[in-house]
Amino acid sequence: MSASHTHDTHAAGHDDHGPMKGWRRWLFATNHKDIGSMYLIFSLAMFLTGGAMAMVIRAELLKPGMQFIDPGFFNSMTTVHALLMVFGAVMPAFTGLANWMIPLQVGAPDMALPRMNNFSFWLLPFAFTLLILTLFVPGGAPAGGWTLYPPLVLQTGDAFPMAVFAVHLMGASSIMGAINVIVTIMNMRAPGMTLLKMPLFVWTWLITAYLLIAVMPVLAGAVTMLLTDHYFGTSFFNAAGGGDPVMFQHIFWFFGHPEVYIMILPAFGVVSEIIPTFSRKPLFGYDAMVYATASIAFLSFIVWAHHMFTTGMPLVGEMFFMLSTMLIAIPTGVKVFNWTATMWKGSLSFETPMLFSLSFLFLFTIGGFSGLMLAMAPVDFQYHDTYFVVAHFHYVLVPGAVFSIMAATYYWLPKWTGNMYNEKLGKLHFWLSTIFVNVLFFPQHFLGLAGMPRRIPDYSTQFADWNFVSSIGGFCFGLTQLLFVYNIISCVRGGVKASDKVWDSASPHGLEWTLSSPPPYHSFEVPPEVK
Amino acid sequence: MAHAHHDHAPAGKYYVPHASHWPIVGSVSLFITMFGATQWLNSGSSTMFWVGIACVLGLFFGWFRDVINESVSGTYNEAVDRSFRMGMMWFIFSEVMFFAAFFGALYYARNIAQPWLSGQGVKFANSVLWQNFSGGWPSNGPARLGGEFEVIPAFSLPAVNTMILLTSGVTITIAHHALKENKRGILKVFLALTFLLGFLFVYLQSTEYAEAYKEMNLKLSTGIYGSTFFMLTGFHGLHVTIGAIMLTVIWLRSMKGHFNPDNHFGFEAVAWYWHFVDVVWLGLFIFVYWL
Ligand code: HEM
Ligand SMILES: [Cu+2]
Repeated sequence: MSASHTHDTHAAGHDDHGPMKGWRRWLFATNHKDIGSMYLIFSLAMFLTGGAMAMVIRAELLKPGMQFIDPGFFNSMTTVHALLMVFGAVMPAFTGLANWMIPLQVGAPDMALPRMNNFSFWLLPFAFTLLILTLFVPGGAPAGGWTLYPPLVLQTGDAFPMAVFAVHLMGASSIMGAINVIVTIMNMRAPGMTLLKMPLFVWTWLITAYLLIAVMPVLAGAVTMLLTDHYFGTSFFNAAGGGDPVMFQHIFWFFGHPEVYIMILPAFGVVSEIIPTFSRKPLFGYDAMVYATASIAFLSFIVWAHHMFTTGMPLVGEMFFMLSTMLIAIPTGVKVFNWTATMWKGSLSFETPMLFSLSFLFLFTIGGFSGLMLAMAPVDFQYHDTYFVVAHFHYVLVPGAVFSIMAATYYWLPKWTGNMYNEKLGKLHFWLSTIFVNVLFFPQHFLGLAGMPRRIPDYSTQFADWNFVSSIGGFCFGLTQLLFVYNIISCVRGGVKASDKVWDSASPHGLEWTLSSPPPYHSFEVPPEVK
Repeated sequence: MAHAHHDHAPAGKYYVPHASHWPIVGSVSLFITMFGATQWLNSGSSTMFWVGIACVLGLFFGWFRDVINESVSGTYNEAVDRSFRMGMMWFIFSEVMFFAAFFGALYYARNIAQPWLSGQGVKFANSVLWQNFSGGWPSNGPARLGGEFEVIPAFSLPAVNTMILLTSGVTITIAHHALKENKRGILKVFLALTFLLGFLFVYLQSTEYAEAYKEMNLKLSTGIYGSTFFMLTGFHGLHVTIGAIMLTVIWLRSMKGHFNPDNHFGFEAVAWYWHFVDVVWLGLFIFVYWL
């Protein structure tokens, strides 16, 4: 990314608007692209760290019996792996994409509140330092699962306040990031870009940002109550004092379910950009896509107790949350059908971003279907807390959210760097990832249906075969990701020059393609006119 | 960076600020604070926490000073002003949701946990653990954590506090109108009244806490009643304190001649915040003290 592009679109007279030199450029950054890049790099680092923890988990589960680590450490690995993946890998990756792409897609010079943008990013490395340090304090890292249920989580040792404060910092970062997204979209669109002309990635992020602002503070409240219960003698989750541990689950999942949509709506946005491009057709049913996104977001607030069917809710509660959850299948179905219809009679080509998007389409849908199975209260009594759940959420998160992030990376990396990535290597990365993600997670459906509980370091021998398969898939999937890292690094360092449109044969739509590759330092100095 | 070099944004062009060291200073300060709080909780040493707090205060001072200087020197145009307004609104909304979590806990404890513990619906907890518990509110639970306690009646000090905050809502509105009509004298007087009322509220609230602790045996550890009571009123009190400090700052700024009738985002942001604090109090008065 060179500064030489900075000046050609500049109005005369600036001299302090190129990037600063050296480390100052990153620490003091106010540029959306610099901050976006930092988010993406941070996210990749967390993905690899969390992935390494997953490897530890899968190594322990390779065979029945205890192999390498003690059960407490196993549980810590599960917990920290999940926290890193959710808050450190997936969410920052999408915020990084938002930083890079929203100003480019709405025709703005930068994000609306650039200094706050820097603040939101730089809180993250500190938050995760705090979280990862928990592994080294007396009593070990939190081990009660990323859902932090009391009373179990209250047994955490010295790590407990560190984890709570880490969550506070992550929350502050997400809220500021979300405010920035909303303000940028609502205030900085190029003239003529009405709401219903915005690219879907922008739309899905707008709605995601509303979700974030609504639920991150609730999570902050929940962990604050845990903290005071642990250290200051409150009784929020203590039945003896008139509180209720189940109340934590309500508050947590009031955050938690919208949270899963926070991790998937931007993915929907990405896929809605890529599929039309490589189908050489406009997105089918644009308005319907927008309304579907909004309905999913709305419904996500009234389904939370589907995570709690087995807590002894009154029957009406079970019914309500079962039916409201199933309703979500309708707007989600609209999306899946619209993506499919976009490809119908299109002239398709299968570059890496498209391959990842297609894989997303199929495999996310599998996760959606297993979700529907879990939504049925009576059957969930059997599936709950088994590997079936693990399979479900990994299908929506890994070939769902993570694949869409990979698709987005391949799709826009040439725009960001001005260089093409290695397409052959990209395809190889795609095929190996798609194959091994299924080897890794599909057998977990069988394990769960057969009754293997989640969050355990050891299991009965009847589960040995599929666990072995799953672990092998896991190791291979993990190794495959090194190809991704390699491909990104070599693309950043050089390669065949990309044109402005990058995907010339597909003539992609959107303002980002009207700028040079890489784009000038202040994306749109003069707002473009959108017709 | 209090940079000598500002571009005055021409109309229609968005002002993109130059690089700033405040955000990273903020991140480091918060890290020190949080790490210090951890130390405090685990080993009892609070030094690092207070160092962190000092850094955070320094950060606020420095960052806001720079922004105010930029604002006064006319760096921001209308579009930037709009961004600030939207940003503040959504920040307040996030605060509302934070309080919602605690109001939700209060609702749940009273209307769901209490009936369960006293044997309605699922009978388990009652029949196995606490057969004689009959619920009701206020409650410190079937184990009567913290022992017998009294509660603060709504129509005593809390009612006075309600009047104080409502009045301060009126005085800030008068100040705002005065500002818009460029009546600086009224602006200054009513702003001063507003923050004085704010601090008076905080003072009265602290006497209420002292009385609760000393005379009524009502403590943070008094079961669920004490938990919800002190956490809700405590977070609110913290917000009033912050709000009153912000009011003091904008009062000092008006004394220095800042703000004009059509450009006073700083003033409005504080006013909105103050109204938010006011509305939360009404919720507290009704649901915590009265009902
Ligand atoms: C390299 C790919 C991955 C592998 C091999 C992997 C493996 C695992 C395993 C073995 C568990 C523990 C299951 C149990 O015992 O309950 C787990 C839990 C979890 N993982 Fe992953 N995972 C991967 C990627 C991800 C990603 C990308 C995310 C999120 C975006 C994620 C989110 C979670 C969550 C939320 C849990 C639940 C933790 C808990 O029960 O508290 N994983 N993963
Ligand atoms: Cu859910």
